[in-house]
Parts: sequence; structure tokens; C-alpha cells
Amino acid sequence: MTDENSLYGPLADPAADAGHPDPPPRVGFFTDTSVCIGCKACEVACKEWNDVPEDGLDLLGMSFDNTGMLGASSWRHVAFVEQQRPLGRQDAGLSGLPTGPSGTEATDRVVADALRDSERGGGGLGTGPVDLGFPSFELPGATGGAGSRTEFRWLMSSDVCKHCTHAGCLDVCPTGALFRTEFGSVVVQPDICNGCGYCVSGCPYGVIDRRPDDGRAWKCTLCYDRLRGGLEPACAKACPTDSIQFGPLDELRERADRRLEELHGAGVDEARLYGRDPGDGVGGDGAFFLLLDDPEVYGLPPDPIVPTRDLPSMWKHAAVAASALLAASAAVFWKGGRR
Amino acid sequence: MGSNMAEAHPVGFQWVMEAKARGARVIHIDPRFTRTSALADQHVTLRAGTDIAFLGGVINYILSHGLEFREYVRAYTNAPFLLSERYRDTEDLDGLFSGYDPATASYDASSWAYESIDVEERGGSRHKEQSAPYQHGAGGPSLDAGAGRIASDPTLEHPRCVFQVLKRHFARYTPEMVERICGVPRERFLEVCRAWTENSGRERTAALVYSVGWTQHSVGAQYIRAGSIIQLLLGNIGRPGGGIFALRGHASIQGSTDIPTLFNLLPGYLPMPDTTHEDLAGYLDSIRRPGQKGFWGNADAYTVSLLKEYWGEAATAENDYCFDYLPRINGDHGTYRTTMDMIDGKVFGYFLLGQNPAVGSAHGRLQRLAMANLDWLVVRDLTMIESATFWRDAPEIETGEIVPERCRTEVFFFPAASHVEKSGTFTQTQRMLQWRDQAVEPSGDQRSELWFFYHLGRLVKEKLAGSADERDRPVLDLAWDYRTEGDEPSADDVLRHINGIDLRSGRTVDGYAGLRADGTTACGCWIYSGVYADEVNQSRRRRPRFEQGPYEAEWGWTWPLNRRVLYNRASADPEGRPWSERKALVWWDEERGEWTGHDIPDFERTKPPGHRPPEGASGPQALAGDDAFIMMADGKAWLFAPSGLVDGPLPTHYEPHESPVRNLLHGQQGNPTRKVYGRPDNPSNPAPPEAHGEVFPFVVTTARLTEHHTAGGMSRQLPYLSELQPELFVEVSPELARERGLRHLDWAHVITSRTAVDARVVVTDRLAPLRVEDRVVHQVWLPYHWGPAGLVGGDVVNDLFGVVADPNVLIQESKVATCDIRSGRRPRGPALLRYVRDYRRRAGITAETGTRVMTAGGEHKPAHIEPDSPEESP
Repeated sequence: MTDENSLYGPLADPAADAGHPDPPPRVGFFTDTSVCIGCKACEVACKEWNDVPEDGLDLLGMSFDNTGMLGASSWRHVAFVEQQRPLGRQDAGLSGLPTGPSGTEATDRVVADALRDSERGGGGLGTGPVDLGFPSFELPGATGGAGSRTEFRWLMSSDVCKHCTHAGCLDVCPTGALFRTEFGSVVVQPDICNGCGYCVSGCPYGVIDRRPDDGRAWKCTLCYDRLRGGLEPACAKACPTDSIQFGPLDELRERADRRLEELHGAGVDEARLYGRDPGDGVGGDGAFFLLLDDPEVYGLPPDPIVPTRDLPSMWKHAAVAASALLAASAAVFWKGGRR
Repeated sequence: MGSNMAEAHPVGFQWVMEAKARGARVIHIDPRFTRTSALADQHVTLRAGTDIAFLGGVINYILSHGLEFREYVRAYTNAPFLLSERYRDTEDLDGLFSGYDPATASYDASSWAYESIDVEERGGSRHKEQSAPYQHGAGGPSLDAGAGRIASDPTLEHPRCVFQVLKRHFARYTPEMVERICGVPRERFLEVCRAWTENSGRERTAALVYSVGWTQHSVGAQYIRAGSIIQLLLGNIGRPGGGIFALRGHASIQGSTDIPTLFNLLPGYLPMPDTTHEDLAGYLDSIRRPGQKGFWGNADAYTVSLLKEYWGEAATAENDYCFDYLPRINGDHGTYRTTMDMIDGKVFGYFLLGQNPAVGSAHGRLQRLAMANLDWLVVRDLTMIESATFWRDAPEIETGEIVPERCRTEVFFFPAASHVEKSGTFTQTQRMLQWRDQAVEPSGDQRSELWFFYHLGRLVKEKLAGSADERDRPVLDLAWDYRTEGDEPSADDVLRHINGIDLRSGRTVDGYAGLRADGTTACGCWIYSGVYADEVNQSRRRRPRFEQGPYEAEWGWTWPLNRRVLYNRASADPEGRPWSERKALVWWDEERGEWTGHDIPDFERTKPPGHRPPEGASGPQALAGDDAFIMMADGKAWLFAPSGLVDGPLPTHYEPHESPVRNLLHGQQGNPTRKVYGRPDNPSNPAPPEAHGEVFPFVVTTARLTEHHTAGGMSRQLPYLSELQPELFVEVSPELARERGLRHLDWAHVITSRTAVDARVVVTDRLAPLRVEDRVVHQVWLPYHWGPAGLVGGDVVNDLFGVVADPNVLIQESKVATCDIRSGRRPRGPALLRYVRDYRRRAGITAETGTRVMTAGGEHKPAHIEPDSPEESP
């Protein structure tokens, strides 16, 4: 039943580990951001199917992203990142134009200022440029002068709950509202959730969130009801370019490896998989990604770790502390007794 | 090019991504870097409104390097045909073709004819007013004696052959010229030329996609002509993976062109009769000129069958099948002309169905003032759109131009059933009809369009019953015999009537070849004939792609006759063999004596490739075995259009109506035949050679966002869509932001001579300045989805544009204009009118500005203004 890796490390079958007898193959998402067209059909399909309420009518100024981040009322979030660097061998058509310096830095400052004052903060949104120290290639006199921009790419990526192999939210839930389904996904039962909010701090990705009006925690269910009915989740169904792919996790991982190879062959050297590795801090994600830059750029943590990783050592320390305390008290009594 | 496919057609864009995954190279040519560019291999930034200069450059590159697919060009296009000695090119006349009349700003096209064909004077202002070229639709225009022997030079060397004329016409469209006009660095341009030509030929094909970024220009039809010329020169028409894809504006707009909602067309691209058509015979003669080739030769069968469908028993040979019942047009009755006629008090009532001109049409203020001057207005829509509520929430309330208490228009709002609440067909861009069944009953008072018009017609007939007035006969005699289910007319039965019925047997006909001109068949739209063949609704077929061939002939139904690739005879060489095995589509099977292949051959099935028609034949019988373009009057694709266009037989670069720069190629600045409406309430920004263009120094263009639907009626009421793009914004480059002191997310306003519009500033590297000749040109971009109604509101972007139109099709130029942009919000209330008036004063704008359309040469240049239009309100 429970594996030695129940709390941390690679785990072949989290559903079986959770006690489901003979569960179906674990399913999940592979989101290939290299073919995402940023249409946000996933966001809309998710809300339609799951009856998720509207999440604010604010222009955020983060490129075309007006959702901002995942939250109690946004279970899919498409990030848009404008950058001054090339995408593989893509020609953005800027070289030779009378351009000046990029405007991204200034727009990011405006957005950062606005986010600092916003309710949930937003320091980790990561839509800002990350200086990776890439040299820029500029032919003297070919552009509009010093500091002119010549490269550009626009990244889009649909984020979602990762349905971790070791789910921090689930492990800390005191009511049992969060549970591991037979498909290996992690789901909140709203009728049980008491709104304690432990899960919010337990999630290493900042995914799960409480709704201000009812206090309960909400997040992606991997469309548990659709899975039970033999249907794929609404977002994957709506995705026109198959950026969001749904299926058995083993198959998705193979497919992702092939796609990565293909992109590397096509000169997109910066492509990498995120959340694919069962040896990572959450035991691998049930929803993993092909990214074209560092995870921070998309607002994803570079090295997520489930809080329960430290549970054994915490218990060990606690046990040591407890026995030390016991010994000390005993000693005190013993000594006292001797007095 | 001229298309933001990923954003405006995301579902179709999956196939582009599929092709890319298989190794296709995707190039996106557009004024700004969009979500389409983000997924393309290459993005090319060009100045809005200069696409013909760019495409002309590609044509010149092909011809000067000898890269055309010569066997294809010689066999299937009119390249070898000799032109009349009277023809003069724009290269000879400073940007005008021969036959120009400055007084009417129109051409007599007779000098554009083939050498061997004598024609009388043709075209002129009547064709322009009626947008006659559009009436030819997909079928191609008429041509006298097209079936006769046309003088030609198969070596393509004769100086007057189309090929050489084409070469001369585009010789000055060099990479340097493209760079100077479009702002595209020549190396970028040459990369596109190389990619396009290297991916065309026997073994490879390239596809061209355009959308309204091409059509909404004063030279829009010629943009498409320029693209067609390239695709023909490279042999990319009628072949798999080739073609020109016109992505339509929204669902079933193709259907509403095929079965038209246009003033100058009848179903199936039959022209609407005009006042010169005395009787049926005269009308038919104007469609199929005596002795021309092709399937328009059977126009009599199509027309008589249509009249039989309309008037049933009442239509007889004796009364010309009720031809006289059809209304006659006598000029421009297009949507913008009608709008102005509404302002001028000439129109009393108006129906709006699924259209929101208060937001979606150019010059929104003109639209709203027009609708405020009616007796009645019927609006059928899903929600209370701005065109139903303008009398209480238009921006003109604030300026005092519309006073709700005094607005005389009585508005009747009818809630419409949505597409899931009714059954029927969508016709998509590939001409495919796909049937959908009703999913739910309409709620409340919502009803289908079919219900509305069926019962409206029924009630009008009842009200007129017993009338002896001759003018009521056309309504009283209407057959109006559709089957109903409850009180809902059966869409299935309507489709059956559209398909056509053999009146002798009562069964559906199998295709348009089964239509007859003797009154024994009835057919609502001849090109749709076959959609109900064998009494089966063919558009309802849904055989999975895994169970059929690559062309999926059993999914839906495509007109004509379920052919998926038009003119696919051209996918085989003149002898009927595929140009290459890799690109085989249809071919001649010698043994069986018929055309066969993966698609349904768009050719007479048993006519062999070597067939030569007998002397004196006409119509389909005159088509030779290698006349692949079976609808054309000479069986050939037209590189040069000897008839059918009112603004020239070849595309020529003209600057947009409002442009910051002078035309570098010709003295003729803009399209010399563009339709201008010179009125005080429709002012134009000055463009060179007129003075004061510097008051509006920037180029403005508009487009859509994925998150919203056109004028917003279907998206601004929905929270899930509104939250994704909650507010109107204007995109500017960092360079322009610096120049004008614009800060990200602050307010700015965009100004033209029509109005000023508020928007939040979005500074983005996705826009870049261009170097055009000796100056830098900035372009600003706005999405146009907002208006006063809905969950998220904003100013109406289309208010920025005036009304000027392409003369071929009367489509407005709303994808390019000049503007100014300032930080901060626009003035409100009457101060806005004063603010804009001050701009007009500084730019010296009068009703005449922009209406002296002829700028070539030194002759007298008349202004084209409307003498009795109202004064602009103070």
C-alpha cells in the first residue's frame, strides 16, 4: 500500500498509493507552449464547464494577459511574455527598421507598481524580462541607432494546477476535503472544505486559492466529472492547436520527449520540459509543460518542493527533541528525586 | 497577409500549425506583430495600405528571374493572348489606364480588350455605381466572343501579349522600390520572394491566406488580384496545397454572399437586374455575351429555375417567368449610400439582422445619426446592441446631437434565436455547407430568422389579400410554400428548395446540370444544387476522416457539386497527367475515358484533355480539353482582366485615401476610381498632394482580438469573454510613446477629422516604426470591439474612419487612415465637437478634401462632392 516514497520522491502510482484498488492509468496534461496561440479558449471552456465565476474586469497591461494568475476563480491562466530575444530561427522582422530601445522595461515598471498595490500581490508573476546574459547581434549602422531593438519574441503559455505526485495541498488538508482521485488527480470537495486555508500555503506553485465571498478553496479538478464520464477535460477539448494535450501520463511523457527532440533539431535550443521529471521536488507533475525559457519567465517556480518532503526529518527531529525533552524531564525528576 | 489568422480564425489556424509541424514554412506579413506572427517562421512588418507595392515586387521578382511555372502559365492563363493596340498602361499615363474620364472618375474599359475582339464602349459610371464587378462573383465576368479564336503568341514574346504587358507593368516594382514604399528592408522582402518561389512549382505548392486586412481598402479587390497573379504565375491555383484562402469575417458570411444579402446580387451570383434590362432575354444576354465559353452559358436555366422557385405556378413562359416582378437597381444602393440617404431623409424604415452598425461600420457617428432619422427601425439580435439603444446611449447624446425625447425613430427590438436554438447550415470559407441540428428550444420570445421572415411574409400577404393594385402582385404571387413544423418553418425543406426540384417528378435535382430553362425545374440557388441530391441532406453527412480519403468528400457538402478544390483540372498538365506524383489531385484515366482522382474533378467528366470544340460552339460545349478555368468566358485564368473590374485590368500601387506620403510610382496618388462621398458630414484627412497632411501624421489601423466578436454584441455581454479583454486600448511602439509622451496604461486619445476616441495606452515592442523614403512612419493600432453597451464599455473605434470605398465592391476603407494621437482623455460633450472642428480647421478640411481623386497629369481635376448634403452641425 503506502510506498516508502509516499511523502517525497518518485512514486509510480499515486492513486494506488492513496488506496484506490486497481486504479486506471494516471492521466494528466502535457502543455506544449511552443504551439500555444494565446486564444484563451482553455480559460473560457474551463469556466463554462465548471461554472467558475468571473474574476474581475481589469486591464492589467501585462501584454494580452488580463487574468494575471491562477486563483480560486481562474483555474487556467494564459501568460503572455514579450521578450527581446529570438525564438529559435524565427525572424521577427525588426532588423533594419528604425527602432529605438525596447519599451518592455518601462511597461513592466508600470505593471509592477500596479501589482504591488493589488490584493494578492504579484511579485512572482514573472512577466518581466529576465536578463540571461545573451549577447545581441547588431550590425553597425544597420539599425536606428544605439540601443535599438532588433530581436523579439512573444511567448504564450496556459498554466494550470499541476496535480503533483506529492500534492502539498492534499497532504496538509485537515478535513479530507482534498483527495486523490482514481485517475491520480487532486480534487477539492467544496461541501467538505471548511476554508482553513492550509492548502494555500501548502501549494508550492501558488495554485490553490480561497474565494473571498465564501472562504472555501478552489482549483482545477482536471474535470473529474468529465473523466468519470469518459470525456477529456474541457480546456484540452477546446484547445484548437493541441497545445494542451490530455492523456495517460506515460504516453504524454513519451510524446513530450519526442517533441523536445524535434524542437532542438529545429534550432529551438531553449526548449525544455518542466514538471516532467519524477525525481523533482514534487515527484513530477500530473500537468507538465514544454517551456521556451526559464520557468520564472512564465511565473512558475524554478524548483518547487512539496512541504511534506521535510516531514520525515521533521518527525525525526521532533522525536529527537521529544526524547531529549523526556530524558531531560526524567533527569530532572530523577535528579530531583535524588535530592 | 492582411490576415491575423491565429487571433481571428483560431480554429482554422490549427491546420496551419499542423502544416508547420510537417515542415511547412509560415510567413506572416502584417503591420504589427500579432499572435499569428508569434507562431510564424517569419514576420514582415509593412506599412498599412501598401500591399500591392509588395505583391507587385514579388511579381517583378518572378518575371525578371524567369521563375514562373511556364507550362502552367502558357496552358491555363491568358498570358499568351494579345491585347488591343488601344491599350495604354499606367506606366504610359502616370498611374492611369487608358479610358479614364475625370468627370465621372470612371473608366471606359473597351481599350483593355483582347486584340481580336471588338467591343463597344463598356463599364463607366453605371458599372461603378452598381458595383458591377461584384455581380460576377465566383463566376467571372462576361466576354464577347470568348469562345472564338483569340490571337495569341504561345512563345509569350509578342510585345502586346499579356505576359509582356504584365512584365512591363511591374518592372519598376523593384526591391528598392518596395523598401521605399512599404518600409520593408529589401533583404526581408527578398527572403519572402525566395521562400515563395522555391516552394512553388511541379513538386511543391504554396498557399496564400488573406482576410479583411486586404478587403477593407479603396483598392481591396486589386489586392486580391495581385495575390492571384502571383499564385497563377507560380502554378498554385487548382492544385493541392495551393490556392488563395479568403478567410471570411464570421460564421456563414460566405453563405450570405452565395445567397446574398447584397443589393446587386441574386442567389448564385446572378446579377440583380437594372433599369436597362427590359426583359428576361435582355438580362440573360448581359450575363452571357454571345459566343462566350463556360458554364455561365446556362444562365437561362439558373435564372428561370430561380424565378420558378420564387413565384411557382404564377411564373410561366408567357409572362417571362415573372421576370418583371424582380426589383431593378438604378445606382448605388449599398449600405453606406443608404446610410447617407437616411440622413438626407430619403429612407423611412430599416431592418438590422445580426448587424451592429453603430459600432461595427465605418464612421459610426454617421451610422447613428442616420438611424436617428428614420420612421422605424427593426433590430433582431441576441442582445440589446448599440444599434437598438443609440437613441438613449449614443455618444451623440453627450454632444447634444441626438436628444432621446426628440429622436423620431421608433425602434422595434426582436430577440433572436442563437445558432444552437435553430437548425440550418453554415457555409464556411471553403464553400462547405455544414448542417447543424437544433440543440435546445429558444427561450422566451426568441425566434429564428426563418420564423421571422416566413411569418412576416405571410402577414404581409394576408394584409394585401384581395388587392387589385399591380404593384402588390409580386408579393401576392410569391409561392411561400415552405413546410412548417408547428409554427416554425422547416429549414430542411428550405434547403431542399435551394437545391432545386424537378417539377415534373417532384424530386430534387442532382446538380445544376439538371436545371432547365423551360420552367420544369425550380431552384433557389443554382450553385448549391446537389446539396439535397437523392432527396438526402448532403450537408448533414459526418463520416469520420479515418473512414474516407484525404479530401473527406463525405463530410458536409461543398459547392459546386462537392468539389473541394476549385478549378482542379489545373492540377494536371494539358495532357491530363498530374504535374507531379507528389501533387497529384485529378487526372485523365485513358482506359476508362474519364477524369478521376482524389477530389471530384471540376471538369466535364468525359471530356478528354485533347478535345477541341467544333467551330461556332458556345457555353460549356466551347470549352476545350485544356480549358481548366471552366467558369471563365475564355476558359483561362486571367492574369490581365480584359473586363470585369472598374479600376483597371491590372493591380497598381495606389496610396490609401488617407496617406502620409506621396505615391512614389505615379503622379496618380490614390485609386482614381475610388468611391468618395464628399459631404460635410463625411470629411477626409488631407493626403498629398493636398496640403496640411502633417496635422494627422500617423497611420491608424484596426483589427480584432480573439477574445471578442466583431462589434461586441456576442461578447461584451458575457463575463467570461469581457474579463479577458476588459477595456479598449491603443497599441503604440516605444518610439512613438517617447515622441508623444505616452505612458503605459495611461489614457490617450486618437484623433481624425471625424472624431476623437479615448483608449488606454499599451506600449509594446510588437509595433515598430518604419522608414518610408526619407521619413519615419509610425503606425498605431486599436481593436474595435467596444461601445457604450455591455459589461465592458469604451469609445467606438470605427467612429475614427470616414466613408470611402473600393469601386468594384463598395467595401469601405476601414483598415487604414491617418490620425493624430495625444496623451490624456479627449474633451467631452460639445467640447469634443469644437476640438475636432479645430483639427479640421488647422488641416484646412472642407467637403472637397480628398475628393479630387485624379492627381495624374496637369489637366483639370474636378472634385467629386455631393451638392445638396447637409451642413456639418456646429
